[in-house]
Amino acid sequence: MTRLIYELTESFRIAFAQIRANKLRSILTALGVIIGIVAVTLMGTAIRGIDTGFNKSLAMLGDDVLYVQKWPWGPVEDFWNYSNRPAIMPDQADKLNRIIEQTPNSLLEVAVPVSSRSTSVKYGENKVSGVFTIGTTADYGRLISADFSEGRLFNETEANGGRPVCVLGFDVAEAVFQNRSPLGETVLVGSHPFTVIGVVAKQGSFLGLFSFDNQVILPLEAFRKYFSARRGAELRVKITDKMRVAEAREELIGAVRRVRGQLPGERDNFNINEQGAFKAQLDPIKQGIALAGLFITGLSLFVGAIGIMNITFVSVKERTKEIGTRKALGARRRTILLQFLIEAVSICLIGGIAGLLLTYTLVQVVSVTLPAIPVEFSVSLVFISMAVSIATGIVSGFAPAWGASRLDPVVALRYE
Amino acid sequence: MTPSLAPELAGRITRPAGPLVIDIAGVTKLYQMGEEIIHALRGVSVKIHRNEYLAVMGPSGSGKSTLMNMLGCLDTPSEGRYEFTGKNVATMVDDELADIRNREIGFVFQTFNLLPRSTALANVELPLIYAGYAPAERKTKAIQAMQNVGLGDRLHHRPNELSGGQRQRVAIARALVNSPSIILADEPTGNLDSKTGVEIMALFEQLYAQGNTLIVVTHEEDIARHARRIVRLRDGLIESDGPVG
Repeated sequence: MTRLIYELTESFRIAFAQIRANKLRSILTALGVIIGIVAVTLMGTAIRGIDTGFNKSLAMLGDDVLYVQKWPWGPVEDFWNYSNRPAIMPDQADKLNRIIEQTPNSLLEVAVPVSSRSTSVKYGENKVSGVFTIGTTADYGRLISADFSEGRLFNETEANGGRPVCVLGFDVAEAVFQNRSPLGETVLVGSHPFTVIGVVAKQGSFLGLFSFDNQVILPLEAFRKYFSARRGAELRVKITDKMRVAEAREELIGAVRRVRGQLPGERDNFNINEQGAFKAQLDPIKQGIALAGLFITGLSLFVGAIGIMNITFVSVKERTKEIGTRKALGARRRTILLQFLIEAVSICLIGGIAGLLLTYTLVQVVSVTLPAIPVEFSVSLVFISMAVSIATGIVSGFAPAWGASRLDPVVALRYE
Repeated sequence: MTPSLAPELAGRITRPAGPLVIDIAGVTKLYQMGEEIIHALRGVSVKIHRNEYLAVMGPSGSGKSTLMNMLGCLDTPSEGRYEFTGKNVATMVDDELADIRNREIGFVFQTFNLLPRSTALANVELPLIYAGYAPAERKTKAIQAMQNVGLGDRLHHRPNELSGGQRQRVAIARALVNSPSIILADEPTGNLDSKTGVEIMALFEQLYAQGNTLIVVTHEEDIARHARRIVRLRDGLIESDGPVG
């Protein structure tokens, strides 16, 4: 055992002496590994970044909220079946809430109607178009996890009275008021004056497509009065226990069928959407991207590994006589095998560490200059890439090292 | 005038032979060279005792190198018996042979075979690493071996900073460091000028006097005559085996 330790120490010493003596060659070989590790780890950070961004976006939808809508999330083939469905009207939320109240131990907490359309918000000379405008009740506050950076949501009295008050999304407030506080000011939503009573804190965008900060929230009655009374809505239903989504969903289907007066045997004329189902739909795509990405970047690492194998073969060939001498002096097969394996692993490790530092720098640069691109560096990435480097060294160094360990000392000593 | 490599025979001592170290009996070695089978050794028997100073001589193709590889446990016989201090070497596998070489045999090569990127001291330490000595003990023994060959002041020089004679001395120190049963030198003066060759042979004489067992393989009569006994090979057979005189 102690002998093995001494041999290992000697092998590391020899390996580093060898790398020092062949600097250029070692650097060029390590370059293959560096590129491979950078490619793989960058891919890793990108995959992680996408994952985190994705989960963050989904969290905005709320993991304890079910959406009652005409359309399912995701693509549909028979769209006419959906478009012929009767609209979901805001008053169905009241009926739903009454059923919820009457149901003992209901898994549903509250149903909130949300109508939406796109309008503009204007204050003085500043105008923002394409603002996602929603009309909802005071219960909306129970759905959302976001904080208010200023002010508050409208209360029940304001909501029921259809008072002209509004809550601005962070980006809208910033665009229209710049650095001033919008509280108490009057803005034009569409062409109607509303008094700002609150601003929602910054939330970010959903999958980079849709910004939750580009919105304005109005009392439902006001929304219906100024924009569209007949317009359909969606019902957002908060559930009491996020561990029992499936049960809550079943209960909700039954309740909504009652509200919409559906007969037994009739197919549901609505969809219950939830972030979990969304996730299930997108996960395979995400995994496909991750696999393809890792495979392509893995190829570059493979090329690096071939470089290591090649250089180890060269190293064995060059030092055949040295191998013979070592064997004559009592080196066992294991000793020789370890020596060349350690040399290959050392080059890979140097390449791996350099690659990791490069990736770290790139990630820092990207996250500062292009915050929209989700990249994330993690400690596990360090361990994984070190493990990958070592594995690369072992795999690519094994064949030449094995050959070296099997050399006949007589033949090796005679080699010139 | 180049100094003669021939020894001064008058007045030199011969130590009494000790216990049996090498016992080779009826050894043959065959090589396949393409279609042809070469009989490098055709039945060689030789006994070597501790405290002997033996030269193996023979022209090229005589089987001299094959016998040397056999004596050095680098190779095993095709047929015949080979016992090294009572252990049967003929049937040993690679790693067992490596251990025998490490503990029992000190090699001195014609081309020195020092590791170019290691210091003299590190070269001498190498067999001790394979023997499993701890670093501190390794260093002490290696320094002692270096002093024994008169290079106590060259410990941290690399081979390319040493003269040919010094390199061969380092190689001899490396051969001695693990206190082997025999020292096996293959044409030890072959790559040295005559003057340095004389010095190396003088060092061998000194090592012999100190109680080491030496086997020198050479094709030079002058070198062989430094030994106390000469084994001459021809065509894979022992032609003669007797004392120098």
